Amino acid sequence: MNKVRVATIWLSGCSGCHMSFLDQDEFLMELAKLVQFVYSPLIDVKEFPENVDITIVEGAVGNEEQLELIEVARKRTKQLIALGDCAVHGNVTSLRNALREGDQAVLKRAYLELADTTPQIPSEVTPLLKKAHPLHEIVEVDHFIPGCPPPASLITYVLTELLAGRKPEMEGKAKFG
Amino acid sequence: MKSVRLTIDGRAVEVPDGTTILDAAMANGIKIPTLCHLEGVKDYGGCRLCLVEIKGSPKVFPACTTPVGQGMEVTTNSDRLKEYRKMALQLLLSERAHICSVCVANGACELQSLASELGVDQLIFERDWPELSVDLTHAYLVIDRNRCILCTRCIRVCDEIEGVHTLDLMLRGKETQVVIDLNENWKNATSCTGCRKCAKVCPVGAIYVKGEALSSTKDKEVAKFITERRRSAFE
Repeated sequence: MNKVRVATIWLSGCSGCHMSFLDQDEFLMELAKLVQFVYSPLIDVKEFPENVDITIVEGAVGNEEQLELIEVARKRTKQLIALGDCAVHGNVTSLRNALREGDQAVLKRAYLELADTTPQIPSEVTPLLKKAHPLHEIVEVDHFIPGCPPPASLITYVLTELLAGRKPEMEGKAKFG
Repeated sequence: MKSVRLTIDGRAVEVPDGTTILDAAMANGIKIPTLCHLEGVKDYGGCRLCLVEIKGSPKVFPACTTPVGQGMEVTTNSDRLKEYRKMALQLLLSERAHICSVCVANGACELQSLASELGVDQLIFERDWPELSVDLTHAYLVIDRNRCILCTRCIRVCDEIEGVHTLDLMLRGKETQVVIDLNENWKNATSCTGCRKCAKVCPVGAIYVKGEALSSTKDKEVAKFITERRRSAFE
């Protein structure tokens, strides 16, 4: 039997959703029998591959590099899952959206105002987008798993349903925050 | 008092004339979701969570401000109503920076638990948050307007129960916000008695007591309790 090709992506998030993914413990062994991880921060693959069945995305789209990656991932993926509050609705990453010139305000706060020595904004990193976006504002999303982070049991439930060809039912199960 | 007979979700009920559909449903064990409703103070029909259908009308009605009528046939939980309720929650959640993970009310928030209960797992509306202020000047009360859903429970409890009307609304549309006295800092609000009732009835993390766990602050039964005690004093 061909294994299901799964990718995971880490955008502007804290990696808590990936930790929750790893918290699935022994289910990961079951998962390993059914799926093949083809791209993830947990494995060393540089280029997002073609022909991916499921892509699980953590984090909001916060900079130009992430914007490019999510668009490529969407084109090469059959089902895309927004994992966690940052990917689902922006969460902490998008708090800057409430400020005027929020992208510059966070850089100033982080690198100038809070610097102990040699305050300077790094110039050779990918530029921030004006606003941080949840995934559905940029690309089409097939499934949403809210939570900060989503509980491991909920990730297991959604993956189990998808691998069995069913649509996950989130009423009463999913929770923001 | 004259009584009225009607059916709610197919169940025959009899309630006193003048009762609202919401009270009639609750008295008969039928749960209708609400956010702005608060037992003990006047209803204002703002959150649109308690919408119901009445046979013979294509419109939907807020159960908290619609009185019962003789022979009325009310539906509280159709697919259309579920969809509208989810939409109302999505609009509330999109309107301001409702970031549950960094909110004091996380885990003790009526908006958050209703969203979970009704299966709101995404926000489809475009967000354009206004830049709103947080007032930390009071000795122990805090208002964070970015978390406010404008249910006006705090305003009504301050006016009708505490009787001072320190809180009110200012501006319109997405800029609408709860202000203290004539848009004063809380510490300068001479009318405020510091009674904490506003914090007790706030369904979200917009008004809270500094340094106190929200789960112990929240007590929306307070309004009902005071109203009942006051009523019994006059009987």
